[in-house]
Amino acid sequence: MIFRENGQYAATYAKDMRIFRLREDRVAVAVLLVVAFVVVPLVANDYWLSSIFTLFLIFSLAALGLNLLTGYCGQLSLGHAAFMAVGAYAAFNFAVRLETPVLFNFIGAGLVTAAAGFVFALPSLRIKGFYLAVTTLSAQFFIEWLFVSFSWFSAGSMMGAIDTPPMRILGWAVETPRDKYLLTLGVVTVLALLAKNLTRGEIGRSWMAIRDLDVAAEIMGVRLFPYKLLAFAVSSFYAGVAGALYAFCYLGSVEVTAFELALSFRLLGMVIIGGLGTIMGSFLGAGFIVLLPIFISITVAAFATRGLTDFLSNLELIVFGGLIIFFLIVEPYGLARLWHTTKEKLRLWPFPY
Amino acid sequence: MVDEFWFAMEVLISGLLQGFMYSLVAIGFVLIIKSSGVFNFAQGSMCLFAALGFVSFWEAGLNFWVALGLALVMMIVLAVVIERVVLRPLVARPPLILFMATIGLAFLLEGLAQALWGTQPHGLELGIPDSPLEGLPVDISQFELFAAAISLLLVLALVIFFHRTRVGRALRAVSDDHEAAMSVGISLQMMWGITWAIAGGVALVAGIMWGTRLGVQYSLTLIVLKALAVLILGGFNSITGAVVAGLIIGGSEKLVEVYLNIIFGIGGVESFFAYALAMFVLLFRPYGLFGDEIIDRV
Repeated sequence: MIFRENGQYAATYAKDMRIFRLREDRVAVAVLLVVAFVVVPLVANDYWLSSIFTLFLIFSLAALGLNLLTGYCGQLSLGHAAFMAVGAYAAFNFAVRLETPVLFNFIGAGLVTAAAGFVFALPSLRIKGFYLAVTTLSAQFFIEWLFVSFSWFSAGSMMGAIDTPPMRILGWAVETPRDKYLLTLGVVTVLALLAKNLTRGEIGRSWMAIRDLDVAAEIMGVRLFPYKLLAFAVSSFYAGVAGALYAFCYLGSVEVTAFELALSFRLLGMVIIGGLGTIMGSFLGAGFIVLLPIFISITVAAFATRGLTDFLSNLELIVFGGLIIFFLIVEPYGLARLWHTTKEKLRLWPFPY
Repeated sequence: MVDEFWFAMEVLISGLLQGFMYSLVAIGFVLIIKSSGVFNFAQGSMCLFAALGFVSFWEAGLNFWVALGLALVMMIVLAVVIERVVLRPLVARPPLILFMATIGLAFLLEGLAQALWGTQPHGLELGIPDSPLEGLPVDISQFELFAAAISLLLVLALVIFFHRTRVGRALRAVSDDHEAAMSVGISLQMMWGITWAIAGGVALVAGIMWGTRLGVQYSLTLIVLKALAVLILGGFNSITGAVVAGLIIGGSEKLVEVYLNIIFGIGGVESFFAYALAMFVLLFRPYGLFGDEIIDRV
């Protein structure tokens, strides 16, 4: 009875079509936004803001991008970390060479990355399934090599190491962890809303048709190639913006190794643990994977005192791997499904059915 | 001119021999894809696990063959456990989910191997010198020749096993059609256990070979990445494909690396060349050189 649908009539088409049709949902989202924009910056200390909340938001954005591609359009990408790298270096070059405004840099980084994603998506016309997944690895290796080998991309410094220049938006100097958190939060909120709308419309539905059965989608008149390319481009756009944020708001000084293959797999892990084909799942999965290592090290530190760093990193691997398998077995639709189930329960509460 | 020719030959041959070692890893993938349709990303971690186990047994003072046997038994037990704990609950799930599960498995095995046997690199010396054979116009490492011979033997053994034995036939039946195989009384679980055990054995051999080369350490898991390129170039479900593609990639990437460096001064192309090549070939043959074509029906 906490979630009550009855009595909430949509009297106009516009009301019927809006993103959150239920009053309860709207209230929940508003509360969440207030907490994120007001309460968190006031309450959390610098460590939490910079190492956890900002990181969580950036990974959520990257996972969201991957989710659009893998969860909605059904195309697996194992090279998303490299697309983040493209975004990071593109934003850096915009900032250093052209000295354009910060937000423009981020959007530009997204567009450059979208172009890169577009190029690497071209094989998807003919290659499908795991063959395509493995070819996306070429993006990972090629882009890593590009940034390490050619110092033009890092404005002359060797091995692609860059330091991000200070940011200033309309006189607002983005310096403290709090400023960076708010900037990230703003970008992520706008892009998440955009993604939600994208998936509700014609584009999202075409993607889902392709995901479910590409041949059937084609027969129904969905043109596969443009939509697949679009999915790669949009997904790369998100990855690029996330990469730029990762460089500017989290890392500060960037090396190519920050975007290695392991990050691609972590992103994929976020998407699958969070829930394929859900916007919310990207956030839940990112939160889970960001918090898990911290949680494990705190738990182990409670039992052991010292000399266990080696063991700790191995234990982290074991638990991480084990949990992925566990989740896939127990809840194949990810954490987002747990939320869905809870909502169903709340709708009926206190009655069992 | 003559010197240049021999230099090119030398590069090519050492590349080809390296290619055999790539195929050794790729075969492990092919085996599992063939019989269960699972894209097993954990193959590299299995190599690390097997090699670390073997080295630790050996260093503990066991006889070489006893250590090898123990490591093999360990991989068989591991295969059975994986089948029980990971694969059985995930039967009939979409391939993506199974793929992700093997990524989880890769992390788990990596952590487990290093937690059990430590993270420091172990040297591995099989007693075959990594020095060139004498009396030839080109330098060919004895060890590389030995490794290539082992891979060839292994491939031959596998081909004979798949085509001439009862279990091998059953495995092929399972890979052709799960349901039909079950209906004639082949136990799916049994067959999957056997496949994973064989893949574990192949991982052991590959792990020892690569371990001798690179030292038994974490970086063994990274050879998977080259093997994946070999895999898609050859086609997912062809052992022959894995060998041929291994040779193509091994040979061409060495030549390209060496000559790009000499002519243009661009280095490190090796890191992605295999993928670029595989991608290019896939544009014309989307299922690799020898892979079965997948025909979609609605």
